[in-house]
Amino acid sequence: MPVQTIASTASVELGPAAALSCRECGERFDLGPIFACTSCFGPLEIAYELPQGDPEELRRRIEAGPESIWRYAPLLPVPADVAGKPNLNPGFTKLVKADNLARELGVTGELFVKDDSGNPTHSFKDRVVAIAVEAARAFGFTTLSCSSTGNLAGAVGAAAARAGLRSCVFIPHDLEQGKVVMAAVYGGELVGIEGNYDAVNRFCSELIGDPLGEGWGFVNVNLRPYYAEGSKTLAYEICEQLGWRLPDQIVIPIASGSQLTKIDKGLQELIALGLVEDRPYKIFGAQAEGCSPVSAAFKAGHDVVRPVKPDTIAKSLAIGNPADGPYVLDIARRTGGAVEDVTDEQIVDAIKLLARTEGIFAETAGGVTVGVTRKLIEAGVLDPSLTTVVLNTGDGLKTLDAVAPTTGPTATIRPSLDAFRDAGLAL
Amino acid sequence: MSVNVRIPTILRTYTGGQSEVAAEGATLSEVIADLEKNHTGIAARVLDDEGKLRRFVNVYVNDDDVRFEQGLDTVTPDGAGISIIPAVAGG
Repeated sequence: MPVQTIASTASVELGPAAALSCRECGERFDLGPIFACTSCFGPLEIAYELPQGDPEELRRRIEAGPESIWRYAPLLPVPADVAGKPNLNPGFTKLVKADNLARELGVTGELFVKDDSGNPTHSFKDRVVAIAVEAARAFGFTTLSCSSTGNLAGAVGAAAARAGLRSCVFIPHDLEQGKVVMAAVYGGELVGIEGNYDAVNRFCSELIGDPLGEGWGFVNVNLRPYYAEGSKTLAYEICEQLGWRLPDQIVIPIASGSQLTKIDKGLQELIALGLVEDRPYKIFGAQAEGCSPVSAAFKAGHDVVRPVKPDTIAKSLAIGNPADGPYVLDIARRTGGAVEDVTDEQIVDAIKLLARTEGIFAETAGGVTVGVTRKLIEAGVLDPSLTTVVLNTGDGLKTLDAVAPTTGPTATIRPSLDAFRDAGLAL
Repeated sequence: MSVNVRIPTILRTYTGGQSEVAAEGATLSEVIADLEKNHTGIAARVLDDEGKLRRFVNVYVNDDDVRFEQGLDTVTPDGAGISIIPAVAGG
């Protein structure tokens, strides 16, 4: 007997979301807390009835909206009055024109960093969780849960606190201290699982099929079709902030691959709605060498991804069995992009480079995208004369461990001018 | 070899709602064939037209993902616990 459906889906009001559709075989399902196709196990995604009519009018409506992801509510699976409900109002983060970094990397075109460390819990996860909270409310769930590499745990804890829901989140037991504290401080249950992220994910998948997990909304499992749509808002914001135009090249980190596929979906929607001019763009995926199953498959010309056991400092990207990997490969190839990886040492160098040139302290995932950007420019794969956007999806304060061993005070001296002069610090 | 197979929610229509069923087989392939005998239709949900594991299905024998082992040829020792789980995205 199914245990997950606890609210009638007939009355579900989630804006333009019309149904769920299997990405593999196209079978359609009513909106509900389900995530896999009953015919082929393929991932379900939202099918929309998007607004028709004058693009200029839609553009004006968006521009008059709140400075958060809710300005795009007409394009998201959320109720029309979402902005008035208690949530964290994430999004509309800065798109930083990174001229200093551009000079350093030899970029002659425009280089931007989409800095999602500015979200309420300092990572892009606030975007996806905000959408999942609305789905949880619609389906009558009272507990919000997730399997997490760290950032998601904090985002779920905070969003649940604000929305008045119970939370219980699961993380690998060996995460960075910053992420553990950030996940725990919001007062929900935080459970360390003895294993890596893939083991945590497996545990949650089993919990969800058991009466023990009845009434639970797992944002990235049974609410995943809704949750994943939140990443589309990165595409919307980048284009709006560029003056309603597509960038030529985007560099996106890959963990499960969901974010990259949804950014592509968002760009395609903007084109279909006439909100941006239809012109070619290239999508580049970035991984850490210690967890690079998608990059390896891209380079080998494969269209399926062989799972790996992760070993990298970029723990927020350490998903060895990326569910959306095959779609990432399709998108990188379709758009003429690529998937590349960098070593842990290159990640740390890139974190410092971004901090030194633009005053942005990125978490390790940001080191991965900046590092891969540098590598792709040097290899002649990424065109330095075009408009390029690099994503930073989280705050460096969460992954201090990565840079702490090689970063510290220039000198420690006695409080005297002589000591200052003797240390060679006077300019 | 007798093993226990955990059935995900979306396949329980084939097992009369049961979340765990017993099956026989010395390899995963044989276990799936035995499941099919008692729960007709279930194999076509787990395997594609070429008889390979569908790409969005993860199968574990005890704690090991069979993609790290020998896939459908993975040995299933007597008393083993087998889990069939839809792939999920993360973060």
